Amino acid sequence: MSSHEHAAPLDKRFFTTGVKILIALMITGLGFGLYRMIFGLGSVTNLTDQYPWGLWIGVDVASGVALAAGGFTSAFLAHIFHREHYHAIVRPALLTAMLGYTFVGIGLMFDLGRWYNIWHPALPMMWQGNSVLFEVGMCVMVYVSVLYFEFIPIVTERFMGRVNLPGILSLLNEPIDATLRVIDTVSGKIMFLFVIAGVVLSCLHQSSLGTLMVIAPYKMHPLYWSLLSPLFFLFSAIAVGYPMVIFESIIASKSFGREPEMHILTPLAKFTPYLLGVYIALKIGDMIYRGSYVYLLEGSIQSWMFWFEFGLLTVVPFLMFLSSRVRQSAGWLFTAAIMYVVGVLVNRATVFFVAYQPPFAEKAYFPAIGEFALTIGLVSTLMLVYRAIVTIFPVLPAPEEEC
Amino acid sequence: MGIDRRDFLKRLAGIGGVALLGKGAEAYAGQPLGGFPDHLGVLVDTTLCVGCRSCEKACNEINQDLPRRPQESFQDMSVFEGRRRMSAGSYTVVNRYPDPKDSERPFYSKFQCMHCLDPGCVSACIVGALTKDPSGAVRYDAWKCIGCRYCMAACPFQVPAYEYHNALTPQVRKCTFCFEARTSKGEMPACVEACPMEVMTFGKRRELITIAKSRIKKYPDRYVRHIYGEHEVGGTGWLYLSGLPFEDIDFPKLGNTSVPSYTEPIQHAIFKHWIPPLTWFGVLGLLMWFMKPVENKTEPRSDEEGPEK
Repeated sequence: MSSHEHAAPLDKRFFTTGVKILIALMITGLGFGLYRMIFGLGSVTNLTDQYPWGLWIGVDVASGVALAAGGFTSAFLAHIFHREHYHAIVRPALLTAMLGYTFVGIGLMFDLGRWYNIWHPALPMMWQGNSVLFEVGMCVMVYVSVLYFEFIPIVTERFMGRVNLPGILSLLNEPIDATLRVIDTVSGKIMFLFVIAGVVLSCLHQSSLGTLMVIAPYKMHPLYWSLLSPLFFLFSAIAVGYPMVIFESIIASKSFGREPEMHILTPLAKFTPYLLGVYIALKIGDMIYRGSYVYLLEGSIQSWMFWFEFGLLTVVPFLMFLSSRVRQSAGWLFTAAIMYVVGVLVNRATVFFVAYQPPFAEKAYFPAIGEFALTIGLVSTLMLVYRAIVTIFPVLPAPEEEC
Repeated sequence: MGIDRRDFLKRLAGIGGVALLGKGAEAYAGQPLGGFPDHLGVLVDTTLCVGCRSCEKACNEINQDLPRRPQESFQDMSVFEGRRRMSAGSYTVVNRYPDPKDSERPFYSKFQCMHCLDPGCVSACIVGALTKDPSGAVRYDAWKCIGCRYCMAACPFQVPAYEYHNALTPQVRKCTFCFEARTSKGEMPACVEACPMEVMTFGKRRELITIAKSRIKKYPDRYVRHIYGEHEVGGTGWLYLSGLPFEDIDFPKLGNTSVPSYTEPIQHAIFKHWIPPLTWFGVLGLLMWFMKPVENKTEPRSDEEGPEK
């Protein structure tokens, strides 16, 4: 009935070939990260006075936040709408969100010039309520804490009744176990407050991420500048939540040698056409209202990006999700999901450094090798940590035979 | 033509958005725009500039925290062959623009932070490291700065520069309006004082606009009929007169709406007295309550709890 009855730590070897590749990517990326910390942003990135934001903001931060939307959308479905059927996806989605936001923070540390001041926005003397970024920062800080709180029951469940310290420390077994039980009971009682807060905070900062570039009306390409941009960001984040869960679930099943959980994923995919439809309708309506469709055929990089991310990677997966044959086939569902996941990523990257056309730029920004390396390294690290956590904690659904 | 259409669209969107947000926009109306009655500024008459670069030199001298440059470097006139912009090492630059009517006498223009009346950078700054002084200067406090560079994305003039090669204490760099050393004491900025041609006039912004208007009226053939900065992005502290269309001397074509007046109404509408977030919280709470399956009513809420026995 509830998720913990079906979730179990993963019983698989940790150091597979895939894991070794991830470790290599992680070390390469962190090498570039270290180099940036010692020699400055200019030594690794292609950022300039004209292009202050690049891959790290567009992908690590903005896309990272958007793609962590599976956390609040699945919590909404399972806990607020009480669709018990979907409980099995809540824990993996929560873990993805928790790690996703954690890595947004870590990625940001590499991008911030004075990273050691990252806590400044939390100081009341420096609060700046006019700043969109302040709202994003505060919401993200609070939401990360909420996500960690939501993870508590998974930790207590893992160790309750199993605390077994060696030697003299075994005296502590009883008190630790009792403490865990208290934490478990108390957190369980107030969890609903955190679940709701998580949804509210997500709606706030997902939309505010879209408000960020509204402050550059004279620099943004008209296909990508609209006062509705916060709604575009919010609704595309809501829409990408379940595709992201589907994408991860099928990958996890594949890499852990299990059958894809189509009995959950197929009905879950049924929501996507509606959610994605709202986003597409808003976007097209706005384009007609503002008349920005005249730029669709101008042949600029921005117009091509629009066709690519909106046409190919948003409308096409939307049509695919409409088909019940697609929803029932693991392969097709995976294709549709990954298309829209990439679509959101490309959309965020486009908004932050392609549609952004600063005056006086000598050439357009394109990320440097070091920027790609760190981004890939961080994603690899995230996947490693994810794998380590699902090996230790009961996050993923237990294999069929154990149920 | 294309640009005009684009601006028109944006303005249209602006009107739509303001109508949409209603109250938030009204609340904004009481803010800086048109405020600052004693706002100081500088009127730059680019038709008088001869490109001697004395202003650049004076700027480097008074800002001792900028990289030191030898005196002779400011006599190098080959810099005019390219188009320069302000950088982490210089708060002001002069560029040369050929006059199509008189190839012997090109125009020159000095650039620096425009010290907007409603600055995008100040609105954008996450920690309030950038502030607007009522006397006019847009000031920067490196101690607060976290180095997010949102100010650079927000500035419609693309002015703030960054010390990308400073690993530990990089700063956002832009003209300070000589606030600490001079303008806070009522003295003129170093560049204004250094200019041998009296290109620049320092004074109250309102009076500078009157002077500019009378010059255009007196010498209609000398100037294009436009004071750049009077209305652009809600008005700027630095104002410009030109003999060439402003687009031809690297001034971006901007609308009259300040950039924060696009984002701040959205921002303030969402957080108005915390009502929207709290309402959303309440709605979700009620939904959670009403959607609860009936057969579960007698059992403890067990969504996330451990075994409760």
